[in-house]
Amino acid sequence: MPSTFSQGNFPLNVESIKHTIDQNPEWQLEEQKPLPQKKVTMELLDHLERLALVDFRNWEGVERLEKAIQFADQLHEVNTEGIEPMDSVLEDRCLYLRGDNITEGNCTKELLQNASQTAEEYFEAPPGNIPLPKLEEHESFLQDSN
Amino acid sequence: MAAPMSGGGRLCRLAWRRRAGALHSGAQPAALGREPGKVAETQSGVAPWRAVVGLEVHAQINSNSKIFSGSQVQFTAPPNSLVSFFDASLPGTLPVLNRRCVEAAVMTGLALSCSINKKSLFDRKHYFYADLPAGYQITQQRLPIAVNGNLSYTLYVGAKQSQMVTKNVRIKQIQLEQDSGKSLHNDARSQTFIDLNRAGVGLMEVVMEPDMCCGEEAAAAVRELQLILQTLGSSQAIMAEGQLRVDANVSVRHPGEPYGVRTEVKNINSLRFLARAVDYEIQRQIEELENGGTILNETRAFDYKLGCTIPMRDKEGKQDYRFMPEPNLPPLILYDAKSLPANIDDQQVVNIDWIQERLPDLPSVKRARLVEQYGILPEHSFTLLNEDGLMELFEDVVRKTQMNPKKVIGWVISELLGHLKQYDLTVKESPVNSVSLADLLNLLERGVISSSAAKQVLEELWKGEGKTPLQIVKEKRLELIQNQRELDQICQAVMEGHQEEVMEIKAGNKKVLNKLIGLVQRATQRRADPILVKQILEKKLSQ
Repeated sequence: MPSTFSQGNFPLNVESIKHTIDQNPEWQLEEQKPLPQKKVTMELLDHLERLALVDFRNWEGVERLEKAIQFADQLHEVNTEGIEPMDSVLEDRCLYLRGDNITEGNCTKELLQNASQTAEEYFEAPPGNIPLPKLEEHESFLQDSN
Repeated sequence: MAAPMSGGGRLCRLAWRRRAGALHSGAQPAALGREPGKVAETQSGVAPWRAVVGLEVHAQINSNSKIFSGSQVQFTAPPNSLVSFFDASLPGTLPVLNRRCVEAAVMTGLALSCSINKKSLFDRKHYFYADLPAGYQITQQRLPIAVNGNLSYTLYVGAKQSQMVTKNVRIKQIQLEQDSGKSLHNDARSQTFIDLNRAGVGLMEVVMEPDMCCGEEAAAAVRELQLILQTLGSSQAIMAEGQLRVDANVSVRHPGEPYGVRTEVKNINSLRFLARAVDYEIQRQIEELENGGTILNETRAFDYKLGCTIPMRDKEGKQDYRFMPEPNLPPLILYDAKSLPANIDDQQVVNIDWIQERLPDLPSVKRARLVEQYGILPEHSFTLLNEDGLMELFEDVVRKTQMNPKKVIGWVISELLGHLKQYDLTVKESPVNSVSLADLLNLLERGVISSSAAKQVLEELWKGEGKTPLQIVKEKRLELIQNQRELDQICQAVMEGHQEEVMEIKAGNKKVLNKLIGLVQRATQRRADPILVKQILEKKLSQ
């Protein structure tokens, strides 16, 4: 993975950015209460795998998922009552409107060259939607990894 | 603008009853009040059912390029030739909103009396399908561009389908979104081919509240929406080319009870199939419930060959679309005359008031004008607008002839349109144009020919041999006898040849007069004006 930090800044030189840290914060994290551990059911796993086409593969994968959920749940500790959610840092930007002109297209060859299966200028896809193993087949992997 | 509140007035006038064997016989389901002979009130002994129908209509935006990319919008083209890198969802591409699509949505919203949201947002709707390369569709789920509108449409009701009733359906919202590509299945070889030409074409989704109660209402509402879209030019709305697609949400319940479980019916590509699909689904649900079954909240496809709905394989179970805001698009801001910013490029500003001022006359306005200006019946105005080009032809003929528009309309609808329907032609394809028809009607109006002769001439004109009405009249010697003396002599001769009939008329049997008129017509080879003949005969008989 390419490093995005130049040699000079990494490891982080805290002294150089200390002045940006607010010494008198207006709010503080409440005392950390242990959050209820969310158990991931087989049903939920199956549902997630179909929705997101992710393969959890084994118990380790499922545990990692549970830990990730726990980590993200910390967001609930912040009191956001009465605050409008921000869903994009672009919210104050102007949405650029393009004129209705034809400026692209006609690159069939280039597009098809990336596809593994094509037929006479069509992309070829597997029939129906993504085929997934049935629920019973899942139980088998969990039994095996024991 | 507030939409009319729900109330008893909108409840469907029909009560549905299950007709034994209705579904399997392949016949249309009977609704009480329309075919009273077929359904008996006490037959099944079950309380009446009411159907609830809501519609989601997707209209392709009439624009040169797609909603978020610069590739061309065109119905037929070599596969994957109208596809940009963004449409194919290649990494590193971003959506750029097409101004024309925004204008189309605003126009449509205004025409449907919606409130236009000056700020609207874009979202991603995730699902996996081969014709959706990105794995999500950009749509407007949280805050669409227009909300709370109303659509008025008309139905023919009554025993003879002759009475016109106006109905309303509330428009929940209009949102901008992307169309998906097309998948073509070759079931024999288990292959699916993907053409992305349609992927990314702009759509307006018009969501109608469940204010309709049967297939006929659904079809009538969609028809009116189609006419409005075509008048605005925001969509060409040709169902056969997939520019207007309708999904129906159908449920049934007993009056007074809460809404039942609804099913979604897809794959409807004509107005007639829409009515049939909805009616079938209503009947199916009633049968199912009366047999003690339950209705699943599922998506069904309409099979037009079998005339029934069948469950769709891929849509089992509730879909979870995992909506999230589209991070690459800031909010869409629209302006009006008051909020117009000073220093922005015109190209970047969509002004709602400017669009409102330039809206063309909607179909309802055109119909009212036709009725007022020409004194024709509302039903006639509906027919004129229902056939593409017929209104223009009618107005053209009225301009070119001295005949009263109230008489012209009869010729345009009964004769001309009647012929067009018989030969399955559009107004554009008509062998008789407004000039010929006007000439013909002028001959009739001036008394040169009779009404029945005019119909004969029309038949000749229909052959499209390029002759004028006058030429045909002369060729076939259809001119009415103008010579009073000649007519008088013929009438006299007929009377003298039929003394018995004359006696009967003088005795009081007036009906026999028609026989004499008929004889005169035969003697003149139908070139006598029957009204004139009657006058002459009556005068002679009274002497």
